Amino acid sequence: MRKIKCRKISKGIGEGISIVSNVPISFLGDVDPNTGLIVNKSHPLYGKSIEKKVLIFPTGRGSTVGSYILYQLMKNGKAPSAIIMKEAEPIIAVGAIISNIPLVDKPESFEFKDGERVIVNADHNEIIIYEEG
Amino acid sequence: MYLTPKEEKILAGEEGEVKQKALEILVAIGEIYNADRLIPISSVQIAGVSYKTIGDAGIEWIESLTSTKFSVPTTINPTGMDLELWESMGVTKEFAEKQMRIINAFLKLGAIITCSCTPYLIGNLPKFGEHIAWAESSAVCYANSVLGARTNREGGPSAIASAIIGLTGNFGYHLNEMRNPTLKVKVEVELNEESDFGALGYYIGKRVGNGVPYFVGIKSASNDELKSLSAALAASGGVALYHIKDITPESNLVKIDGLEEINFTKNELKNSYDELSTIKEGKVDLVCLGCPHTSIEEIKKIAEMIKGKKVANNTKLWIFTSLPMKILANRCGYSKIIEDAGGKIYSDCCMIITPLENLGFKVMAVNSAKAAVYAPTLAKMDVVFTNLRKCIEIATLGEVK
Repeated sequence: MRKIKCRKISKGIGEGISIVSNVPISFLGDVDPNTGLIVNKSHPLYGKSIEKKVLIFPTGRGSTVGSYILYQLMKNGKAPSAIIMKEAEPIIAVGAIISNIPLVDKPESFEFKDGERVIVNADHNEIIIYEEG
Repeated sequence: MYLTPKEEKILAGEEGEVKQKALEILVAIGEIYNADRLIPISSVQIAGVSYKTIGDAGIEWIESLTSTKFSVPTTINPTGMDLELWESMGVTKEFAEKQMRIINAFLKLGAIITCSCTPYLIGNLPKFGEHIAWAESSAVCYANSVLGARTNREGGPSAIASAIIGLTGNFGYHLNEMRNPTLKVKVEVELNEESDFGALGYYIGKRVGNGVPYFVGIKSASNDELKSLSAALAASGGVALYHIKDITPESNLVKIDGLEEINFTKNELKNSYDELSTIKEGKVDLVCLGCPHTSIEEIKKIAEMIKGKKVANNTKLWIFTSLPMKILANRCGYSKIIEDAGGKIYSDCCMIITPLENLGFKVMAVNSAKAAVYAPTLAKMDVVFTNLRKCIEIATLGEVK
């Protein structure tokens, strides 16, 4: 188990299996709000689901409408259980807040792997990782 | 970030969940941009009002807020249709029903249902130095640059949060030091009308990104020309603020030493016109004027140009404006002249966020550089960018030669 300090952007505690993108995500266009699948063919996570995962990516891009896509994912039960970003920006921050998804940014180190069990405790500015094996 | 005891209470949920969420949004954005505190604002302009833009998720979120009221004067952006004449535009009943749900939610929240991208022409007119929280990139650019008010480029939800709470984060263009220019532009060609200013804005926006251009060499500029420049700079780049020497109010207050310089000559002007058109000749089925919404002066000019002429059979001439301008145009007789020629004046909507691609149009002629930037992607249409007189000529001929 390791702990990483970070900064709270959207409050709460969320837990799930990590899914990591090393390139930015635009929720408008990259993610299908009905299925929670990444649908942009040129995105490295194409075809994968973010539902109930801890979604980890460097930063957001694209339209402010992206905030509403996160809200729709939450309404459809397809939202990630928490989000970790290198640098948060308003589109994802707003989307996470209105959807009650814990969001943290600026982790001490941005070294994450797919498939680890992760707890994001935004209220304590802390990420806890349970490594496999 | 410092929060007052009252703000702490709102964050703790003592004034209800809607206000709590709204303040969480403002605090989070403030933290991201290192604001030291929140500051009071005097007005809000909300973007993301068209159903085409925000979809079902947007409707649901805005409806979820209606247990509260906006705390400062708040105006809203255009919708996806003329709220009265939507059927004659070819908008479907399903779309209209969704659009009216959004309007009704904003009405419950206490917004003024302006449905215009030019709030500064119809009563939401901030003063010099006033802090505001505006979305709608063209209006942000106009308010900062021409009026000397202070706003960042808000998104739809953050503007709504500011309207509820009456505050915004103290960062970015609210601060003196952020209002200094980053690029000097020497304009070495005479700019004669709105489309020329649009071409300039398009060219410079692409080069300055989200910096602050400082223009020298512009001898005069009307409000309509500045409206066009503001929209183009904000659409091709991310410009929220510019200065024009001796014309805009902060131009002699900001630091201009040591700036990188670029020139805008008759070559750049011509190339910008060429780049903004996706086709050079052929049939045009729609001529759209009013991006941003036309002023009454512009409608008058259009009426003078089209008087006694006829719009071609397979072509439409649509003019987009705000409801107050439309009523003035009716009273002054401009609407009758335009309608007798076969044109239409629509309020509340615009060529970009109305679902035009579903209405069967293929080629649009515009005198707006902003519309020319967005038409190929957002409306999926080919575009001819030219001046107002040529747009009217295209409408009467049905084609561009």
